[in-house]
Amino acid sequence: MTDIETFRHETRAWLEANCPASMRTPMPESETVWGGRNATFKNPDSKAWLEAMASKGWTAPTWPKAYGGGGLTGEENRVLQDELRRIHARPALLSFGIWMFGPVILEFGTEEQKQTYLPDMVHGRTWWCQGYSEPGAGSDLAGLQTRAVLDGDHYVVDGQKVWTSYANHADWMLCLVRTEPNAPKHEGISVLLFDMKTPGVEARPIKLISGASTFCETFLTNVRVPASQMLGPKNKGWDVAKRILQFERTNISASGFGSGAGLDLVDAAKESIGLENGKLANSDLRSRITKQRMYERAFHLTMRRGQEEAKAGAEVSHYASVLKIAAAKLNQDKTELLVEALGMEGLGWEGEGYRPEALKVTRDWLRAKANSIEGGTSEVNLNIVAKRVLGLRDHQ
Amino acid sequence: MAFSLNEDQTLLKDAADGFFADNAPVASFRKLRDAKETLDPALWGEIGAMGFAGASIEEQHGGSAMGLRAMGLVLEAQARTLGVSPLFQTGLMGATILKLQGNAAQKDAYLPKIADGSHSFALALDEGAHHAPHKIDTQATKTAKGWSLSGKKRFVPDGAHAQTLIVIAKTDTGLGAFLVAGGAEGVTRHALSGVDSRDLADVTFEAVALDDAAYLGGKPLDEATLDLILDHGRIGLCCEMMGLIGASFDMTHDYLKTRTQFGQLIGSFQALQHRAAAMLVEIELTKSCVVAAIDAIERGKGVGEAVSLAKARAGDTLQLVTNETIQMHGGIGMTDAHDSGFYLKRARVLETVYGSSGFHRDRWAKLHAY
Repeated sequence: MTDIETFRHETRAWLEANCPASMRTPMPESETVWGGRNATFKNPDSKAWLEAMASKGWTAPTWPKAYGGGGLTGEENRVLQDELRRIHARPALLSFGIWMFGPVILEFGTEEQKQTYLPDMVHGRTWWCQGYSEPGAGSDLAGLQTRAVLDGDHYVVDGQKVWTSYANHADWMLCLVRTEPNAPKHEGISVLLFDMKTPGVEARPIKLISGASTFCETFLTNVRVPASQMLGPKNKGWDVAKRILQFERTNISASGFGSGAGLDLVDAAKESIGLENGKLANSDLRSRITKQRMYERAFHLTMRRGQEEAKAGAEVSHYASVLKIAAAKLNQDKTELLVEALGMEGLGWEGEGYRPEALKVTRDWLRAKANSIEGGTSEVNLNIVAKRVLGLRDHQ
Repeated sequence: MAFSLNEDQTLLKDAADGFFADNAPVASFRKLRDAKETLDPALWGEIGAMGFAGASIEEQHGGSAMGLRAMGLVLEAQARTLGVSPLFQTGLMGATILKLQGNAAQKDAYLPKIADGSHSFALALDEGAHHAPHKIDTQATKTAKGWSLSGKKRFVPDGAHAQTLIVIAKTDTGLGAFLVAGGAEGVTRHALSGVDSRDLADVTFEAVALDDAAYLGGKPLDEATLDLILDHGRIGLCCEMMGLIGASFDMTHDYLKTRTQFGQLIGSFQALQHRAAAMLVEIELTKSCVVAAIDAIERGKGVGEAVSLAKARAGDTLQLVTNETIQMHGGIGMTDAHDSGFYLKRARVLETVYGSSGFHRDRWAKLHAY
């Protein structure tokens, strides 16, 4: 047996012994595990599953073992993911820390920072949020005004962040701050890491059109952050910020905005509208559904191509923006079509008379309007492709 | 799935790109077009000498056995410069039909001649303006000496010059594929003057007498085999379309970086930047589908679905890119002196042959039972 076959064999056996039966069933949203200091586990098996996976470092499979990761090679990780899929295992942990922040701490952090933050991410002991956008700095992120002024061995942070995902639940923030107000806007930015319990931090949820409140306004007033908690060099934070955005876009795209969950578009249309001579009775909708489905398939193939080319060492950084643009379009088109396919049943808000899965269609459709805004608007991503990939320049 | 090229494929791609850039630049197509010629025998001879026509033919028949991906790379390179040759109909369609339907004697007789480029073929299939592979009226009737073939094929690509036509006809036992010499008695070929200035013909068969050796495989051509043959062709067309997409997009991209208006490079205007970037997104998605479809054929799994996805997407993307090429070039793009019109005209033909994007979306939906 080759090493990789041995690894597969052992992984399969370990999962067989350690993945509880209920963790192999579809996950209701209420049982999602984000971890954190105040983590609650509606299903006790979720806790056992997280602990088991974290003990192997498999919540962050490719991170070095020294920081609690699994130390797996890319190939071993693919085997692990295969085996997890094979038994329909739920994700043990959803974590912005693991998806976005851990990788930049590994790249830019000091040894002490790696030791301090990474193992807690792996074990789901900390829930991280991203202090990026501000009321006056959305698409123009580098225009951010939150200030950090050195006072002895601390920075004093003042300002306001907005669209901070789950800041009301998070334990730590990775925050972009301005440390040099007189420098050109990209050159005066630094990255600070701080505990959300630090005095002066206040997160207020924002109610969205979908009724959900996944984003917050975060007010920062005289927040004192130890200078040792700066990630990367002072005033060089924009480099860190851009790396995180790449991870964020890739991660958003990989999740397809959760577009795999819920009703299947074709099944829903067949059931709601019916077939005539084996074809969907509304031929116009049939053709638009087909376009959307083909786009979705093309998107997934391109994700795979990007991963494969990255593995082969090709320069693939532009895929992050290309895929983010495509992911937003496909999920918005899909949710619009689902609403249309369900007719009036796709336009319920709550309560009796609507199937729960139809109510989810309504909420998902409204939620999807953010897909072309969050993580960089589609327009900003088109700018990035035009400038960085096609080399088209601004007016001179 | 192997999205990246291996070493042999990379070498072949470089060789093919260089060959067509040197031997068949767009200027040679323009000369042929101006002279109203649709065959360049010297170029076809060179293609044969390079071994390109045998890229997907086994070594025992004189080919290099590099597979469909390799043939696709050559077709893409040829399409980039609008090279005119029987390569697609002969090296891909002819070879595929012989391999999938021919018997040993037929393979031995013809595959080596395809591999060295000494004999050209054309598939005579459709009988109307729309691709309808299962609507065949051309009839082959068994006779004492062999077969008698009658009917009319329309819009046959390479139909005017091909040495041998491969005719799909009805028989008493289903469909059959027949090898018919272009000059046989009872065969009349009317060359058509299509928008892309390529070899295209209506071909009439009036009681054409064929011997039994003309009947491919000596057995009916079943629907699944015909579909598989056509799916090979559709993928070849997708590769040609990728060549046109690449060339048109590059031409436009260069123009955005050199043309000045209002004292600025036009590529610095966001209205054009976003459209250029949006094209790139579509191109990247399409590229993945084309490679995945080749992979599906080579694995023999999920072929129809993968090929229809690729053909529909390639068609849509090509239409977008060729239209934007003209628009972004402005007035110069509308002139015959500029090459962009050549790409537009060729594009629509490739989008239509063997099923338009609409045909393939419909097929995809049927394959998914709605």
